[in-house]
Amino acid sequence: MNQFWPATVDGLSLGAIYALLALGYTMVYGVLRLINFAHSEIFMIGTFASLAVVNLFGFSGVGGFALVGVVLVLAVAGALASGASAVALEYLAYRPLRRKGASRLAALISAIGASLFLQQLFARVLIPWWFDVPKEKGALPLQGHFVEREDLFAIGDFVVRNDKFIVFVGAIIMMVALDQFVSRTKLGRGIRATAQDPETSVLMGVNIDRIVTATFAIGGAMAGVAAALYMMRFEETDFFVGFLLGIKAFTAAVLGGIGNLRGALVGGMVLGLIEMYGSVMFGTEWQHVVAFTVLVLVLMFRPTGILGESLQQARV
Amino acid sequence: MKRVPPRMRLLAVLGAASLALAACGDSSDSGSGGDVSEVSIGIMGDFTGENAGIVIPIRNAAQLAVDEYNATNPETKIKLIPYDSQAKPEQAVALAKNAIKQDKIAGLIGPAFSGESAQVGPVLEEAQIPSVSASATNAPLAENGWKYWHRVISDDDVQGAGIGQFITTGVGAKKVFIIDDKSTYGQPLAATVKKAVEEGGATTEGDSIDTDGADFSSTVNKAKAFAPDAIFFGGYYAEGGKLIKQLREGGVDATFLSADGSLDPGLAKGAGGDNAEGSLIGCPCLIDPEGTAGEASKKFADAYKAKFNAPTAIYAAEAYDAATVFIKAVQSGATTPEDIQKFIGTVDFTGVSKQIKFEANGEVAGGDVYIYKVTGESLPLLGNAKTAKP
Repeated sequence: MNQFWPATVDGLSLGAIYALLALGYTMVYGVLRLINFAHSEIFMIGTFASLAVVNLFGFSGVGGFALVGVVLVLAVAGALASGASAVALEYLAYRPLRRKGASRLAALISAIGASLFLQQLFARVLIPWWFDVPKEKGALPLQGHFVEREDLFAIGDFVVRNDKFIVFVGAIIMMVALDQFVSRTKLGRGIRATAQDPETSVLMGVNIDRIVTATFAIGGAMAGVAAALYMMRFEETDFFVGFLLGIKAFTAAVLGGIGNLRGALVGGMVLGLIEMYGSVMFGTEWQHVVAFTVLVLVLMFRPTGILGESLQQARV
Repeated sequence: MKRVPPRMRLLAVLGAASLALAACGDSSDSGSGGDVSEVSIGIMGDFTGENAGIVIPIRNAAQLAVDEYNATNPETKIKLIPYDSQAKPEQAVALAKNAIKQDKIAGLIGPAFSGESAQVGPVLEEAQIPSVSASATNAPLAENGWKYWHRVISDDDVQGAGIGQFITTGVGAKKVFIIDDKSTYGQPLAATVKKAVEEGGATTEGDSIDTDGADFSSTVNKAKAFAPDAIFFGGYYAEGGKLIKQLREGGVDATFLSADGSLDPGLAKGAGGDNAEGSLIGCPCLIDPEGTAGEASKKFADAYKAKFNAPTAIYAAEAYDAATVFIKAVQSGATTPEDIQKFIGTVDFTGVSKQIKFEANGEVAGGDVYIYKVTGESLPLLGNAKTAKP
């Protein structure tokens, strides 16, 4: 069987999750010039919120259009939990530093600290309490099986499954909605203005704190939606789930052009495809090597990524 | 940053660690006084740490063997002294030194894990104290040239060969897809299985998975394209479960096989639904709470259950056999470490788990591999890999 179509479909489905997660990195970077390393834990919180909803309603064997409805519910829960956590994170871990005029490096260290803190908080305290598991098992994966996998249609000789299709379509819808939001609304204009020139935007009457809060809320909500899609696709999570995905999403953001919303979409999809094609051509053990080699090559010729840094430029 | 669930870490360590230090001993009457002489035998492992769940059955089984022996009112009794290393190598070394100098043990059962075994091995070697491990399966432990080190469990090479043979003869697979997790445990094991199934006349193809990732779809696609009769996975149950799930959802229905790292109810749980049903897991260990493997196994399982009010668990039968090695030594009149060491060199008896006889490098001779079949979330014994039929 030819591996091209399977790799393409799986690559896009994986890349869609990278892309949604990359949005959070790219927006925060665009506005604050900060790499929010705790974003991977914001995603992790979203997966647990989705799992809690699955357990609460006792979903099982959901397929067809019902699955779309369930995913919507999970996405709302994930977006609320992740968005709120991101705002709280900003308020506790970054705002005090910003107020005191600390260097960006200090905020970066604070981000790494917040990331480790959240991981351990979940593994040792919150997961055992929330999901009623013995304390020493808080670090083990939790499952919530609820999806009935169905074949939708075939591309070439590869059959596309419902979950992979929903992940891809869901991610595209969210990206388009966000893109329109940032380019058309007043709040979106504020975000763009702050990204472009914080001092001048303050003079023009933009409330920076409000913009920063909105940026974290939106980026967090996108991570929450990504978490809901992830839970539908894999149905399993643990306290460490965000680590590798976070690194990949950050890579996707850089690949597409950090600070650029459309770049995050392009970067995520390209990274997903490269990984899958790399696995087919060189073996799965080489997928990360191939992905990062491509990243280095792209940055050699386009140091600002495929689409360039552009949240601060007026055109986005 | 590698995340390893505690249970898995344990298995990995177990592989290596099961050196049981046999008795070091000053035999003798220094112990419990009175007119009955006493030999001190140590047992070392993680009794209170996060892996205690796996090590406590080992301690229980050894205690059972010793208690049964002492109940016969022998001339020389055995005192079993526990050393709780919590699987920490530094702690294990300090405890071992203590055991040798102060408690004057004549032998040691354990340490339970590979990491601590690698550190404690040289200490025992220098003090000339024999050890017998019930659970260390890490192959290189036998390559240190230690004279006083032994184990009653076969290493990963024997396990891989046994499972490989089972795949081609028992399962009768002609096309085998072999997956590993790139770990120091999974990769060599998968390579050994690959060699064995190819010798058995099957064609193979393979791939590796990234244990930090969640998406195994490229591996699933390759397996699907190869259309195998059987799939072997060298790795731990957490990824094994996810892998089975994604294989089944991807339309790959081949028989799934794995080894001791996946011998855990978590495998079926992670796979979800009945995806893992009928999967076959090999292990050089005998876990037989029902006692279906034979008379000795039945007797041991019943006695264990009566004493500890729990079914036998992983490595319990092996620990019973390890303790029996020392008991037989003492019965033969050996009470010093040197005499016990000499006795171990010639010991040959039918234990609960297998025939106990050591090769010059401390490995147990022969070595049976047992196959367990996933049924619901439990893993009942199917039989010896040489004869079992799925």
